[in-house]
Amino acid sequence: MNLKKTSNGYLLNTVVIVLLFTAFQILTKVKGSDGSFKLVLVPSLWQCCYLMVLACSLNLVLGFMGQLSLGHCGFMAVGAYTAALLSLACERSGFFTGKSDPMFLLVMIASFLAAGTLSALLSLLVGIPALRLKGDYLAIITLGFGMIIVNIINNLPFCGQDGLALGSAAASLYKNGLGFGSKAKVQFLWFALIVTILSLTLMFMFVRSKYGRAIRAIRDDEIAASASGVNVAGFKVLTFAYSGFFAGIAGALYACTNATLSTSSFAFTNGGILNSTFVVVMVVLGGMGSLTGSAVAAAIMFFVNYQIKNGTWVDLLPSSVKGIFEYPMLVYALVLIVVILFRPKGIFGSYEFSLQNLIPDLRRAAAQRKAARQERKEARANG
Amino acid sequence: MSTFFQTLIVGLRLGSIYALIALGYTMVYGIIRLINFAHGDFIMVGGYTVIFTIPLVLRLGAPAWVSVLAAVVVCALVGMSTELIAYRPVRKKGTNMTALITAIAMSLFLENLAQAIPVIGPNPKVSTQIFRAGGIRFGTVTMEYTTIFTLIISAVIMLVLYTFTQKTRLGRAMRCVSEDKAAATLMGINVNHTILLTFGIGSALAAVAALMYLAQYPKVYTTMGGLLGLKAFVSAVLGGIGIIPGAMLGGIVIGLVESFTTSYISSSMADTFVFLILIIVLVIKPAGILGKNVGEKV
Repeated sequence: MNLKKTSNGYLLNTVVIVLLFTAFQILTKVKGSDGSFKLVLVPSLWQCCYLMVLACSLNLVLGFMGQLSLGHCGFMAVGAYTAALLSLACERSGFFTGKSDPMFLLVMIASFLAAGTLSALLSLLVGIPALRLKGDYLAIITLGFGMIIVNIINNLPFCGQDGLALGSAAASLYKNGLGFGSKAKVQFLWFALIVTILSLTLMFMFVRSKYGRAIRAIRDDEIAASASGVNVAGFKVLTFAYSGFFAGIAGALYACTNATLSTSSFAFTNGGILNSTFVVVMVVLGGMGSLTGSAVAAAIMFFVNYQIKNGTWVDLLPSSVKGIFEYPMLVYALVLIVVILFRPKGIFGSYEFSLQNLIPDLRRAAAQRKAARQERKEARANG
Repeated sequence: MSTFFQTLIVGLRLGSIYALIALGYTMVYGIIRLINFAHGDFIMVGGYTVIFTIPLVLRLGAPAWVSVLAAVVVCALVGMSTELIAYRPVRKKGTNMTALITAIAMSLFLENLAQAIPVIGPNPKVSTQIFRAGGIRFGTVTMEYTTIFTLIISAVIMLVLYTFTQKTRLGRAMRCVSEDKAAATLMGINVNHTILLTFGIGSALAAVAALMYLAQYPKVYTTMGGLLGLKAFVSAVLGGIGIIPGAMLGGIVIGLVESFTTSYISSSMADTFVFLILIIVLVIKPAGILGKNVGEKV
């Protein structure tokens, strides 16, 4: 009965995703050359895609295994550079010509897989010292690894401080490699969506499997978990590698979205919202231990950031308030503090959004709210 | 040989700046278990205060470094109001992680608020000479006055701070609160006041560090606290976070590693070596150099 419910859930999700996906494909066909669709919506979707994959992959380590990692963007950087360099190498060796070449698809898949694999291998390296360390000491080690990765990439002669933006590699990444222009982004949007859906599904299945149960046991009590026969060391390393794989995939998506790569995008902090600290913010904001929460939080963070910077409603504000919006990150920080003050456990807490349980969950939440209101009323009547 | 000594001196100077900042991190961490990301930005606040008060101080006929007094006051106020406005409400309601996010948001807020203030703006500002130029020569090695003052001031501050935490009532209260908040309350210690005091002292140390940093690298900008704070935090963890002598030791070690790799191996790889040393030390001694490995009770 339980098994049937699970498979029904998967079936329902698949049907809905396929329907949405087809609807979106049709929309793309119809409005593909439309200005705002091509220049605003599609690039935003690409960015949302990699932010979602990135946030969810960190949630595996941070939310489900309870290990704070502050260097997650380092793995993303590895993925981005691997994918970009591999696609460039293929282009230069004449493996494919132009984006409409069917071989290009193959190269794309290969570079995504290579990106994931390489960063998974590097995450294994981080996972091993992680076995001896806990809490903030682990956080600082992952932070250190993130910094080292970025520093080494800076010093590699074929990557360079300015990334692939300067020198001979730049133009060709943009035109011939994975760097997509706005037209190619529309053309390959389906690829980004499928990669994202696939990654999220794989992570979701991981969390629901016996491995997921094991890592949650480790989070709740490491000693009790090992006493019940959970291989703590093995699962820790496995989860780091699994999470690193998807960070690499997110990096490859990033390389597609941005025509240029520079390591400052993957630093510990920088002026924007893509850095190791903000991935942690996304996970905590969405709710630690809720993959759907991370995905939603990533989308919201991107949306808020975009609206603060480019929203047309900003022009309608009185000029005294508008002054603040010249400094988007200032508004952003305020929004963040307010959200945290009102929802300290994150937007979703540890709740997972699911289509199948949506109606019962809503009903239960309504009942809970009603009970709470009743209780408050009674308390007021008594007091 | 003279290169060696020169590098050693540079390392010690850099290390004592890191150590002063690390003390702020470690004190706050020790007392509320929070990585105070905004601490790096307190340095920036201190730096700007120094820059803006130097002309006033010079007009009064005092030496330029006196402006650090203003910076100490401003930083302590900023630090304490950060605790009052942002950290305390979140600490009451949320978890450790939400406190961490608040710290990140606070750091972002301070950096961008500074940029939004018209007199500060996004462009770097250059400071005047703070300590006397020149130095004393020992054979082939030159000890600049800046270096001498930096070393002396930081040594004195660390000594005073250590005595303060070990000998005075307030210092003992601080150590009590960091060990066990509930028990400290029962002993009649006002926990909230003690936390506020810790924030004040930590931020004041950041102001002093800002002065020393400016004496050597006379430039302030709004994001100057980022990497500086990060390395100081690394020093605090390296020495064993929450332990005051550990922060001093960690700061000196990180400063020496950085200056030696810069002058002997490669300046662009210095950060890599700093973090590599950190990782190696932590893998060998997981609780930092001076940290005690506490066995877990089941």
